[in-house]
Amino acid sequence: MASNPRIIVVGGGLAGLSAVIKLAEMGGTVDLFSIVPVKRSHSVCAQGGINAAKNLKGEGDSTWQHFDDTIYGGDFLANQPPVKAMCEAAPAIIDLLDRMGVPFNRTPEGLLDFRRFGGTLYHRTAFAGATTGQQLLYALDEQVRRYEAEGKVNKYEHWEFLSAVLDGNGICRGICAMDLRSMEVRPFPADAVIVATGGIGAIFGKSTNSVVCTGSAQSALYQQGCYYANGEFIQVHPTSIPGEDKLRLMSESARGEGGRVWVPKQSGDARDPKSIPENERWYFLEDWYPKYGNLVPRDVATRAIFKVVYEYHLGIDGKPMVYLDLTHIDRKILDRKLEGILEIYEKFVGDDPRDTPMKIFPGMHYTMGGLWVDFKQATSIPGIFAAGECEYQYHGANRLGANSLVSCIFGGFVAGPAAIEYASNQSAATSNRHFEAEQKHQEENNARLMKSEGSENPFRLWRELGELMTKNCTVIRYDASLKETDGKLCEMLERFRRINLSDRSQWANTSVVFARQLYNMLQLSRVIAQGAALRSESRGAHYKPDFPERDDKNWLKTTKASFAPDADEPRFEFEPVDVSLIPPRARKY
Amino acid sequence: MADSKSVILQIKRQANPREKSHWEEFELPYKPGMNVISCLMDIAANPVTRDGKATTPITYDSNCLEEVCGSCAMLINRRAHMACSALVDRLEQPIRLEPLSKFPVVRDLAVDRQVLFENLKAVKAWVPIDGTYDLGPGPRMTSEQQEAAYPLSRCISCCCCMEVCPQFNEKTGFVGAAVLSQVRLFNTHPTGAALKRERLAALMGDGGIQECGYAQNCVEICPKDIPLTRSISEVAGAVMHHAISDLFRT
Repeated sequence: MASNPRIIVVGGGLAGLSAVIKLAEMGGTVDLFSIVPVKRSHSVCAQGGINAAKNLKGEGDSTWQHFDDTIYGGDFLANQPPVKAMCEAAPAIIDLLDRMGVPFNRTPEGLLDFRRFGGTLYHRTAFAGATTGQQLLYALDEQVRRYEAEGKVNKYEHWEFLSAVLDGNGICRGICAMDLRSMEVRPFPADAVIVATGGIGAIFGKSTNSVVCTGSAQSALYQQGCYYANGEFIQVHPTSIPGEDKLRLMSESARGEGGRVWVPKQSGDARDPKSIPENERWYFLEDWYPKYGNLVPRDVATRAIFKVVYEYHLGIDGKPMVYLDLTHIDRKILDRKLEGILEIYEKFVGDDPRDTPMKIFPGMHYTMGGLWVDFKQATSIPGIFAAGECEYQYHGANRLGANSLVSCIFGGFVAGPAAIEYASNQSAATSNRHFEAEQKHQEENNARLMKSEGSENPFRLWRELGELMTKNCTVIRYDASLKETDGKLCEMLERFRRINLSDRSQWANTSVVFARQLYNMLQLSRVIAQGAALRSESRGAHYKPDFPERDDKNWLKTTKASFAPDADEPRFEFEPVDVSLIPPRARKY
Repeated sequence: MADSKSVILQIKRQANPREKSHWEEFELPYKPGMNVISCLMDIAANPVTRDGKATTPITYDSNCLEEVCGSCAMLINRRAHMACSALVDRLEQPIRLEPLSKFPVVRDLAVDRQVLFENLKAVKAWVPIDGTYDLGPGPRMTSEQQEAAYPLSRCISCCCCMEVCPQFNEKTGFVGAAVLSQVRLFNTHPTGAALKRERLAALMGDGGIQECGYAQNCVEICPKDIPLTRSISEVAGAVMHHAISDLFRT
């Protein structure tokens, strides 16, 4: 293969850009594809910070402790060696970001400041106000722009990945993508492809995710032969702000800086929260979890809120909400450390959280599951690598706060060099006809959607999907409703055939683009629902009241779904988890 | 507005860059907490105009919906604003939506803002690090330095400051306030300062700092309250200083 390999990176969030930087630095030529200009990727939404055991607070923190917290927080479902490698790499990643100019908050001495986050007792989270993801993404975006100016990176922004181009031996030789303005479908050859396409929030209708987080690319690859792993593990963040268009995240850093969660002890108490005396408030997280208090991991906090609201019928004025209270903290500290998220609450709700407790409720936030990858980020299709939220590797059954940013960057830093190494050992394809065939196939898909004369509006079908998945595949799961969900998903796939696009123009047609994403969402939803139905235990974010305990004897296993094209449905197999470094122990906070 | 039963929107439509624009009116059932984005989503789910004609969903840019990605800037009741943070309860009806006027229309409310990213390239808006291998921590910085840099680094590239600037047009080729503020950010970073002279040189000719007419519209419209006029005057001073020192050097 050429000494200067050509690598395609799909997705320009933290994972994608990290991979691009490594590739360009190693002499590769990169074609970078993104639905939105990369600076507008979903990584900007990450708020609270990035974990690294720098031990700058004299607490005796260590990378091993970070590793242990992550494995324990993930309820022992993650393969351990790559998690250990990530935790060991994290301090140097922080240093690199610092060198790139990320304006991390500082201590009086001018060193990086660290705060606490969920699932750990150490100050391990570096942060830039409460817009850390934005600041990290910008730093990487700037470095990529520098490589772009040097001609090492070509950006294809406003292009959407449709499929991989596989040769007769099932080896990936490039991708098919669509220009979201001209609607042109075009194949692009590459020596290797790195997929970094983020989360799947849109499957749940409203979530904390951005609009582009549909999981469409992962689903397309699953339908082309990639394994999809641990799909049933969905993180519902305990504190989000319900909204008409989305659920806005209220960062865990609010609790990291001392925020307290409470409800009035009296059901239906309609008083102004500030007039409710201390002894008539129930700080249920502090009560139930004295050691970690408000900083228990997300799955634990979310279930606690559900219990208080739905079992004890407490909430705020009869509504399913609880208070997240910062009003006891000094305003100057709040402004210095949390301004970005306070501003979001102020702008979208209208109240100032410095003066009045915020009203919050759990919202779908993150997928621990994703494309199956090996320890070098390689998927099961030769030539395709994956990094970031779109793959499953680092978070087990529940992700700890502030671990996503580090896993994105670390994953990208592993995937980049691995793709170069793969490309330099790979011989060229014997023919080019696969490109034409895949292009034709995708053009036909578009033409079929454009012509379809049914009655189903894709946006309305999507709302139904979101409500169904949120109801049955999030916090509390029952086998009966999971099976019913899969049945309804089959019906929706059937209804998808009768879709009617109200827009049939050939320019910037968002309806055809969305319809394609919706089809992929429906296929991936079946992986989530069926995977959840199969797993007869409770582990991390996957909770079944009928199987309330973790069952290591039968279920210390990675779920691997593969697509059976003829049956048009997922098949499941299970792989033992590598627990070679930390023996599984009971998870009790 | 909160008690009215419906929301009326007038939206400027344009099928593609070559077609002429026209207006369409929509009436939606009111729901508490609506914003302009949720209105556009409701239209997509039922694309019918107020007078009952079937139409197409509106094309617009959006992503994060929490005013950090900078995608959804448009003219809302003639004012440049992010559609996500434009709450229906706070808007006068009918709500008038138009694309930003200073950028080429792609379709409907979506415009092409590539010019900003090209300008960031031209002024080398990055810190020139040696490489990604482990070279230890970055330069030590005081809290004051961090607190000065952070607000500048929160620019979301929405281009509202360029939209409202009387000097931002094809004739001047002015780079706009956002880019000038990024120049200030990178010139004050200890490592970023290595490229200071190149950045200032890029701002010396046509389209550079001299085009600014100090209308101060930029700082007033910025959704992130970035001190843009302060950035402009600091960069203007630096460019002047740079020009004079160049004069003595030759």
